[in-house]
Amino acid sequence: MTDTTKNRPVYRNIHVSQIVSYRLPPAGIVSILHRISGLLMFFLLPFVIWMFDTSLSTEISFDGFKNAFVAGIGFVPGWFVKLVALGLIWGYLHHFIAGVRHLWMDATHSVSKEQGKSSAILTLVLSVLLTVALGAKLFGLY
Amino acid sequence: MSTFGTKRIVTGAHYGLRDWLAQRVTAVLMALFTIVLLVQVLFTKQPLGYELWAGIFSQQWMKFVTFALILSLAFHAWVGVRDIWMDYVKPVGLRLALHVFTLVWLVGCAGWAIQVLWRL
Repeated sequence: MTDTTKNRPVYRNIHVSQIVSYRLPPAGIVSILHRISGLLMFFLLPFVIWMFDTSLSTEISFDGFKNAFVAGIGFVPGWFVKLVALGLIWGYLHHFIAGVRHLWMDATHSVSKEQGKSSAILTLVLSVLLTVALGAKLFGLY
Repeated sequence: MSTFGTKRIVTGAHYGLRDWLAQRVTAVLMALFTIVLLVQVLFTKQPLGYELWAGIFSQQWMKFVTFALILSLAFHAWVGVRDIWMDYVKPVGLRLALHVFTLVWLVGCAGWAIQVLWRL
């Protein structure tokens, strides 16, 4: 055994303090982001239902829904409402694409290291590009 | 499932496979709902506004599938969030509290969403 292999850190049960130094492969990044995006949407459920309610109930409430993204809601400024919506957009896109990746792996039994890596990179690229495109629209860049 | 004799299964509560499958089935339903909704928003000659948006959800079949979506989402999120607590939260009391919170949160949100859907 060479010195380099001997000195490699070994993580059995990863502790919170080791997260930063722990290098995840692309599939691992997709996996943890799948959890984070899921939990994010779980906590933002009341905001989603509020949007569902105000955007659909009446024409007046619809105007209020649109105005929330400009003038804000109560003490929350409009740009922050947009930022939360952008977080939801990213969360949904990542969770959706990573979920389709899961279903595809379940259905085809494609669980090789190479396919896991390439599909993980595809998931990250697609979700980030779509988030940037929709985020630019949300913040009125085009 | 055999509960007696030589084929008796002595370990586990056996809800793992059912939950795993339910999470995937509900995921497919929600993905299909997303596509159905997106098609109605994108492939229309109407301008994007209240008329179009409210028109989509005024159809009875749309209310039918939205109701199914709300329940799918609640079940899907229950399995997923419970997985997170089971993986990272070890103290039994705290984990139980989080499970109860998750159930209350999801049942409450599902009820609220159905209430909104009901009066459309």
